[in-house]
Amino acid sequence: MKLRRTMLYVPGNNAGMMKDAHIYRSDSVMFDLEDSVSLAEKDTARFLVYNALSTLNYEGIETVVRINGLDTPFGREDIRAMVRAKPDVIRLPKTETAQDVIDVEKLLEKEEKAAGLEVGTIRMMAAIEGPLGVLNAYEIATASKRLIGIALGAEDFVTSMKTNRSPGGIELLFARSQILTAARAAGIYAIDTVYSDVNNEEGFLEEVKLIKQLGFDGKSVISPRQIQPVHNVFCPEEKDVEQAIRVIHAIKEAEAKNSGVISLNGKMIDKPIVDRARRVLEMAKASGMSIDESEEWDHE
Amino acid sequence: MKIVKTGMAGSLESSDVLITVDSNAGKGREIDLDSIVQRQYGKQILKVVNNTLDLLSVEDIKVRLEDKGALDCTIRARLEAAVYRAAGSKTYPWEKLS
Repeated sequence: MKLRRTMLYVPGNNAGMMKDAHIYRSDSVMFDLEDSVSLAEKDTARFLVYNALSTLNYEGIETVVRINGLDTPFGREDIRAMVRAKPDVIRLPKTETAQDVIDVEKLLEKEEKAAGLEVGTIRMMAAIEGPLGVLNAYEIATASKRLIGIALGAEDFVTSMKTNRSPGGIELLFARSQILTAARAAGIYAIDTVYSDVNNEEGFLEEVKLIKQLGFDGKSVISPRQIQPVHNVFCPEEKDVEQAIRVIHAIKEAEAKNSGVISLNGKMIDKPIVDRARRVLEMAKASGMSIDESEEWDHE
Repeated sequence: MKIVKTGMAGSLESSDVLITVDSNAGKGREIDLDSIVQRQYGKQILKVVNNTLDLLSVEDIKVRLEDKGALDCTIRARLEAAVYRAAGSKTYPWEKLS
């Protein structure tokens, strides 16, 4: 199971941050050629990200590059360069329709062939940042087999919706739910938007708990300080892991006895509960918890 | 590549380098390095600069580097950007660079 709890933004023209991006151990790092780079520095940022990706070892951390849109003078050149720098994933900004994904995919395929790479080497991710994209979320999520996930970009979205971001995030409820449901229906990851107020740790934590409860896989983060709190929230609690192990034991025991009805502590265990238990254990293992599933548990 | 005007790229932030290049018609390469790690890495930085200029086929050029501890890949990136700006070219040969 690939964890994508945190995706750390790194402005594409910041040499210092690019050098250190991997030391904070986010699950992914995202080098940005788009909004964090001024129009006058698009060329230098592209050279910098190209050279960093071609040279530095990011020690197994997933590398993502957010390119400029194809409706700008920079998007095509970004793709030409980045295919040769070989990040794991290209992230499309401001995705509105499935065609946006298909257009980038075609260019990726052309450049992969030109560079002698196997077609499909570079995966894609689409950021949805406007009302049209939200309404088209499922078509976007299923537009390409390369897509590993879709992400919400909230700042542009709330502006288009004639509102702004509030501490509780009520204005994002529909967009988050829609993007998440589309991602789940398509079988890909759902990544939540950034939380811009780096100094508001309490507000950040509340938002992380909310998006985890909704079902998101992770969140884009803009500061290394935001990484560990997200990982902590996403790490299963000991009691959940213990319960998951009990569930798995109960189902194994029932299977051994050819028993049709499975119960644990008087409660019926059905498929969704078993699936959830398996996911808790996978997440716990991926989070580095040591789990001994063979241990005997006291269950009825 | 031919340098036709002044080109600059980079910054004076930590771990970066500010590179200015200019034409030097018929006079070869003149490299002026000012680095906070000159004593330890001066030779290595000059080697990176010369290798990058070889790759870009630039023979006559003045290069000024104000280095704040940039990695080799950052020096390469900034020099490539400065040269392309100075050559007035917006067609980048990623095939050759990779």
